[in-house]
Amino acid sequence: MAEAAREAWITGIGIVSCLGEGPDAHWQALGSGQFNADTTIYAPHIIHRTPPLDFDKQIPKKGDQRQMEAWQRIGTYAAGMALDSAGLKGNKEVLSHTDMIVAAGGGERDIGADTAILSGLPAAAEPESFLNERLMSDLRPTLFLAQLSNLLAGNISIVHGVTGSSRTFMGEESAGVDAIRIALSRINAGQSDIALVGGSYNAERPDLLMLYQFGGFNLKDRFAPIWQREDNPGFALGSLGAFLVIESRSHAEARGTKPIARLSAVRAGRTGRNPGDVTASLTHLWSELSDRLRPSELAVISGASGTEPATAEERAFLSQHKDIAVRATGTYLGHGMEPQFPMNVALAAIAVSRGNLFPPTDDSGVERPIDHPITQIVVTGVGHWRGEGIALVEAAS
Amino acid sequence: MPSNQGLARDSAGRPVVVVTGMGVVTSLGVGKTDNWSKLTAGQSGIKSITRFPTDGLKTRFAGTVDFVPTEPLSNPALSERFADLAAEEAIAEASIGTRGDFPGPLFIAVPPVEIEWTQRRALAAASGANANVTYGDLIRTAATGQFASLHERFMFGSIAEHLADKLGTKGSPISLSTACASGATAIQLGIEAIRRGETDAALCIGADGSVNPESLIRFSLLSALSTSADPPEQAAKPFSKNRDGFVMAEGAGALVLESLESAKARRAKILGIMNGAGEMTDAFHRTRSSPDGKPIIGCIRNAITDSGLTPDDIDYINSHGTGTPENDKMEALGVMTVFGERAKSIPISSNKSMVGHTLSAAGAIEAVFSLLTLAHQRIPPTINYQVPDPTIPLDVVPNTARDAKVRHIISNSFGFGGQNVSLVMGHEPA
Repeated sequence: MAEAAREAWITGIGIVSCLGEGPDAHWQALGSGQFNADTTIYAPHIIHRTPPLDFDKQIPKKGDQRQMEAWQRIGTYAAGMALDSAGLKGNKEVLSHTDMIVAAGGGERDIGADTAILSGLPAAAEPESFLNERLMSDLRPTLFLAQLSNLLAGNISIVHGVTGSSRTFMGEESAGVDAIRIALSRINAGQSDIALVGGSYNAERPDLLMLYQFGGFNLKDRFAPIWQREDNPGFALGSLGAFLVIESRSHAEARGTKPIARLSAVRAGRTGRNPGDVTASLTHLWSELSDRLRPSELAVISGASGTEPATAEERAFLSQHKDIAVRATGTYLGHGMEPQFPMNVALAAIAVSRGNLFPPTDDSGVERPIDHPITQIVVTGVGHWRGEGIALVEAAS
Repeated sequence: MPSNQGLARDSAGRPVVVVTGMGVVTSLGVGKTDNWSKLTAGQSGIKSITRFPTDGLKTRFAGTVDFVPTEPLSNPALSERFADLAAEEAIAEASIGTRGDFPGPLFIAVPPVEIEWTQRRALAAASGANANVTYGDLIRTAATGQFASLHERFMFGSIAEHLADKLGTKGSPISLSTACASGATAIQLGIEAIRRGETDAALCIGADGSVNPESLIRFSLLSALSTSADPPEQAAKPFSKNRDGFVMAEGAGALVLESLESAKARRAKILGIMNGAGEMTDAFHRTRSSPDGKPIIGCIRNAITDSGLTPDDIDYINSHGTGTPENDKMEALGVMTVFGERAKSIPISSNKSMVGHTLSAAGAIEAVFSLLTLAHQRIPPTINYQVPDPTIPLDVVPNTARDAKVRHIISNSFGFGGQNVSLVMGHEPA
């Protein structure tokens, strides 16, 4: 396959979460054993919020910040960090052929306008006219641009000057898997030299809590690590920003850039989610990579969310590989949908670049201490409803 | 004539990508036959909105598709229904795979999905909160489980997942948005996958069923929509001096893309060639094009270069042509820059003058219409062209369809967020 022919490197990382910002802060926090889930703001629901960010550092114009809602600010901020990390900030020549794939959902609603309209409707003589009238007067024109899925990419183009191409993938967790998969395929095949890939999520949104509460997916009442939620399953939505610069080795070498890690493979699958499907799908995706894996230098970073039955099925898959250390980062980060997989690929790149892994997050038995160096990490991503993905990240030799 | 006609690889050594099946749904009707006859007759699908009350709205017409019953009504439900119809037509024409077993991936452009007022109101009513509704009430009501189906329906990935379930497409289906260029991006992703050799076939769809009060109002508040309601069918006036905005519309376009080699091996009828695609992002502004037109110019040039052609090979331009003052001016500037003196003599028309702006679907629908233009050697007109704009001295094929010799077509799609994509289609590989 072409993968061997044109190697792809991760040369830039920009990450933001409840753990802070940047690789060092994340690495330090992942070793702390401190889980800073927020149990009060949307009690009884539990979410993970980012600490306040100094957006001026990556989005210098206040006017640009005002044109965005929080999800876009987080994403544009993380994208800027990734470009900084890759040494690309302001490099017009490279940015003009940098291909962007953003994994995105939709943006914030105006909660005040929604609830005011809903509260006024019961007493309205003509509810339909009332709705039209209020929407015409209450919706801010610029809010639409903060809601459009592709306007995270649009803002990144405007603020950071990325203009090679711009594509936005949608579809919750799978969008994040496919964004990296397609970017890598294009680089492997010579269709692209360098890509900015990632996404962002704002968990401080009651409208999204509502959406996921339809299906009963939200973690409520009591926080527990991912593998210890069997008696109270659910995901804690997590604010995340995660962007990677992925680039062909030859392109990186030509501009004198060192790799953080090698991105060796990304695979995506889908099933109808009948019982056993997730286990079977992950087993199949793993089998496509297994001849490249060296168990004595390998670990798994799991994107398990804590919802069921997906988490139990992933656990069943992992139990086939009991000799390999596993870490579910969702315990620390929460679940951020589209950027979850890009975030975990970023954390995997950091891990192999340091050659080690952070300690287990719980005593469930799924996560065990590790006493050997790490040069390979398999990242899993299992959608809460649909879609399974896997990536292989390796130390760049 | 290209010397390498019939070869499985193009001049860049890549697999040649052909089209072997097409399907379309617009406000003009369901299917290619109905759409093509009305499109070449210069008929408009724009009419007054009857789906919901329009009291108090500045724009009260659209290109809705009301003749495809869908219950319960929502943007994703409609989009999925249109996509399904177009896909069925395309797959049947391509006669590829077996029923429920399409031998390739799905790339589908869909509108942004979110809970709409219908559901929000039902939830508020069920909450019993009456005149003091909070999101806490809505969340509490959501937790009762009585609205459980809304979770799946309002997942961004649900349209693609349902179609993949039904059609048996392979791998993870990709839902995407590049705003009003989305349909063209779906096709571009399919072209790239076949060129990489990952697959012999791909199903590329653009679908949109966004005509609901809030979506309409959002565009209205950006002053993007035409308000000239008298009569609605004359509201979309691309390239005219009195153009005053686009007309929201719905529909879907679906294309079965295939490697030429695969199509020949199974003796499929080849409907046209996807010669190439190009894109260039505009970093100037969220809704406006760079005043120098460079991204649009670069996009068109990239598409022609990717096709292994030159501007002289293009015989017709299927324009983005939304009818907004800004788009048509900038598109004309782009065309005049790329094609130079020849620009004035290349026919350029806007399908949107008749079917309206189908947003996420437009690039795919217009690709289908472009391929029909090639097949029939007949160019659909730009209707409602009564007041020429002296700053756009182009042959817009005013009001009446025209027979013409057309070897290659470029179809442009531009969207909010700096999205620009152009596709080049033809009869023969370059």
